[in-house]
Amino acid sequence: MNTQNKQALKPSREQIIYANLLIIGVWAGIFTLVTTYAIYLVGILPPHIDISAIPQVWGKGVSEFLEITHSPHGWGWLPLLVKGDFLNYIGFVLLALMTIVCYLVLVRGYIRQKNWIFAVIAFLEIVVLSVAASGILGSGGH
Amino acid sequence: MLNILARSGGWLFGFLMVFVSSCPAAATTAGQVTTGAAGHPWWFWPIILFFFCLVLGILAVMAGVGGGVLYVPLVSGFFPFHIDFVRGVGLMVALAGALAAGPGLLRRNLANLRLALPVALIASTCSILGAMLGLYLSSLNPNIIQACLGMTIVGIAMLLLFSKNTEKPVVTKQDAIGLALGLTGAYWDDGARESVEWKTHRTLLGLCLFILVGLLAGMFGLGAGWANVPVLNLLMGVPLKVSVATSKFLLSITDTSAAWIYMNRGCVIPLIGVPSIVGLMLGSLIGVKILAVAKPKMIRYIVIAVLFFAGLKAIDKGFGLGLLG
Repeated sequence: MNTQNKQALKPSREQIIYANLLIIGVWAGIFTLVTTYAIYLVGILPPHIDISAIPQVWGKGVSEFLEITHSPHGWGWLPLLVKGDFLNYIGFVLLALMTIVCYLVLVRGYIRQKNWIFAVIAFLEIVVLSVAASGILGSGGH
Repeated sequence: MLNILARSGGWLFGFLMVFVSSCPAAATTAGQVTTGAAGHPWWFWPIILFFFCLVLGILAVMAGVGGGVLYVPLVSGFFPFHIDFVRGVGLMVALAGALAAGPGLLRRNLANLRLALPVALIASTCSILGAMLGLYLSSLNPNIIQACLGMTIVGIAMLLLFSKNTEKPVVTKQDAIGLALGLTGAYWDDGARESVEWKTHRTLLGLCLFILVGLLAGMFGLGAGWANVPVLNLLMGVPLKVSVATSKFLLSITDTSAAWIYMNRGCVIPLIGVPSIVGLMLGSLIGVKILAVAKPKMIRYIVIAVLFFAGLKAIDKGFGLGLLG
């Protein structure tokens, strides 16, 4: 096998950085999810929605659910982090933010390499994911 | 021993399906469940859901399908949760699985970043539109989404049954777009003890098809591995191993954008979400261990049959026919 071939078999530097960041983020997210769920179930922090009342509303559409339970949409859960149920959102958000964080590293790498096509693609992906995360689109629940 | 375990997994799954569908709350449509767990305490459904997802995770790995594509039709068909929450959690389930698998696939150079990036941009943008459309249709009438989901699931089951992927497609000449984007690569094939070089063709058509893939993934909360792999492999000429790995990695990006839309709308309930994610991830880990020594082909056919049934049940529910209970 020639040197060029060997080189092609190796993952790029960006791939390795991406993978390393991802593995830390994912397991941090899963650990947070399990921990906050335990806090929620044990009742260390009081929930916003009474846990025994949830089965009565989980069969309703999301708009009705939010209205009945007086729950926020978008990032409105942030002030409710002291509530056991909304504490779980930290884990969900951590998982959903990981791709954006990894892409930030990619953009920097591609700019350094002067790989403008992929730098632009990665930048546009960050814009798309950030718009989705911002709650500008489709968070009008009521 | 593990072969027996694998076979018993199928039976256990069947038992769980029968058990869940025999529970009173599951027999009603989502909109009618107003008395909660129909006499069950609040922890009843989350516990059942955890074990259901655990078995689902094992079977998904053994059948070679994603967890999300099984989760949404089965949980919306047999559990008392509204389809809005099932789709929201379904995306989180598919996202968590894809994120966990990503690092290993990237390090082994099986998932290719250059191939994934342009495709992901198209699919994730369209999955946002799909999610918004899905939520809008659901707010008009959830039965529209149920019926469309059912038809899509039946289509997926047929695709899984009939599509014949190619291990190493022959690409004689790379097209201009593939060349401009540098969509080429190489990986080490352990089985054949050789390095396999690949390049894409029909790249523009492939990229266009990811518009549809993204829309469907967002609209129904399904991971889209079932669609990614045929497009990458059969159409664009990417080797099967790279297609499967890049597809899994792609889900971590496509599902992120749609998951944010559902999460911001309030469709992710922790009481349902956490047992689903943890159950499916644990199941996948067990499934990988079993798969290393046992490859019961039968499991794939059982899963395809279950998908057919779940799809038909969703169609039945969507049109309010009541033929399947």
